[in-house]
Amino acid sequence: MNNAKIEEIEYELLLEGIYQTYGYDFRDYAPASLKRRIRKCMNDLGVNSISAFQDTILHEKKSFTNFLNTVSIDVTSMFRDPDFFLAVRQKIFPMIRNLPFIRIWHAGCATGEEIYSLAILLKEEKLYDKVRIYGTDMNEVVLEKAKNGIFPLKNVQDYTKNYHNVGGDVNFSQYYTAKYDNIIMNPALKKNIIWAQHNLVTDGSFNEFDIIFCRNVMIYFNKPLQEHVHKLFIDSLTIGGVLGLGKKESMHSSSFRDNYKDIDERVKLFKRVK
Amino acid sequence: MPNAYSEDKMKLNKKVKIKTKNDFGIVVIGVSKGGMKALQILLGFIPITFRTPVVIAQHRDEASDNTLIEILQKCTALKVKEAEDKDNINRGVIYIAPGGYHLMIEEDHFALSTEEAVLYSQPSIDVLFESAAEEFGNRSIGIILTGMNKDGAEGLKKIKEAGGVTIVQDPEEAESREMPDAAIAASKVDYILTIKKIGEFFKEENSKQ
Repeated sequence: MNNAKIEEIEYELLLEGIYQTYGYDFRDYAPASLKRRIRKCMNDLGVNSISAFQDTILHEKKSFTNFLNTVSIDVTSMFRDPDFFLAVRQKIFPMIRNLPFIRIWHAGCATGEEIYSLAILLKEEKLYDKVRIYGTDMNEVVLEKAKNGIFPLKNVQDYTKNYHNVGGDVNFSQYYTAKYDNIIMNPALKKNIIWAQHNLVTDGSFNEFDIIFCRNVMIYFNKPLQEHVHKLFIDSLTIGGVLGLGKKESMHSSSFRDNYKDIDERVKLFKRVK
Repeated sequence: MPNAYSEDKMKLNKKVKIKTKNDFGIVVIGVSKGGMKALQILLGFIPITFRTPVVIAQHRDEASDNTLIEILQKCTALKVKEAEDKDNINRGVIYIAPGGYHLMIEEDHFALSTEEAVLYSQPSIDVLFESAAEEFGNRSIGIILTGMNKDGAEGLKKIKEAGGVTIVQDPEEAESREMPDAAIAASKVDYILTIKKIGEFFKEENSKQ
């Protein structure tokens, strides 16, 4: 048996072991990126085989936590993809403006930059007071960061530029306080946000929503798992509700495609019609 | 007709892989931001009957997505398409990696990721090339064109180690020679060719299809 084949077996055993030990199910993750991150963790630990890595990770909770953080931390920013947020402001807000109460689920919110972006837009469009935003992530560590709403000061220039690109017309600095090398988001933005741990792979539906955003999360899942999550969204999204995905995520191979009509295909905003 | 590209005097590696039939599964091309002209010329050289999927990672700004596809589509009769998550990799199509993501090959389809930039690049040429090497092994062809970065050198090395074919644009011809030079320094590449000769390589491979 060649090395590649053995590594494949080790990889499957590792994921099975993690699932049985910690309850996190990576077995249906898309392998290319997950393998890169496993290799990164292996490098950090200085181990040469996946089996040796498995030994460490199953016996030391701390190594698993590091792995989980490596898997969950991604490049994100406030108003990432300004085109998306501009479309939310111009096309989605008019659709929901007359609802008495609006529930929004941001699934896989990581460190929360996009949720604060959304909160700012809702404030500016005078919708914030009747909104409840549920920010969920599988990782408690990143969720805690999201809850704190503290971001590096060095990113502010980019955030400000993005903010103006989505039609923001006041001084962006009114939404945060700068302290040392960080910015702290205005507490008023947090008032209607509920943060909770939720794993799209293993947890079920927990409410009915008018809007679900899940951006650049399902890219890490294989097709059957993506289908599973689409089912979860159908179980959680009201008819007439809005689903927003990442810029390069497509729905065309999903069996739930017909449940949605395009609002803006370019930025992956869909309206549930049945 | 003699094997035009293999006669190129710039060729480094004497051991030419003799293939009677082209069974390559993928061609991956890496080029950085300033390489638009090189890319346009090269795409014009790819025969319209070329069946092996071609995947291009170019460093660029996220916003320029659609313009890039339009410009490149004007250079070739083959279909040029931006790769989306889990898209099937089809024969006879030239795919472009979307800005703001890493693009990887996974069996018969693409996978995207927004993990951190590698060598300040997203898409990263190394990430794409490594996944090509892993998935297609000796059935992959890697090509590094002009660029101001070391991105691609490690990935091309992986393709070489997997037994694939590696080609680098002649640094003398390249607008920025840093990327070709880095690739040549990192591993013993099969061919160092001008864009025109890389075009001939495509024609030659095409005749074996």
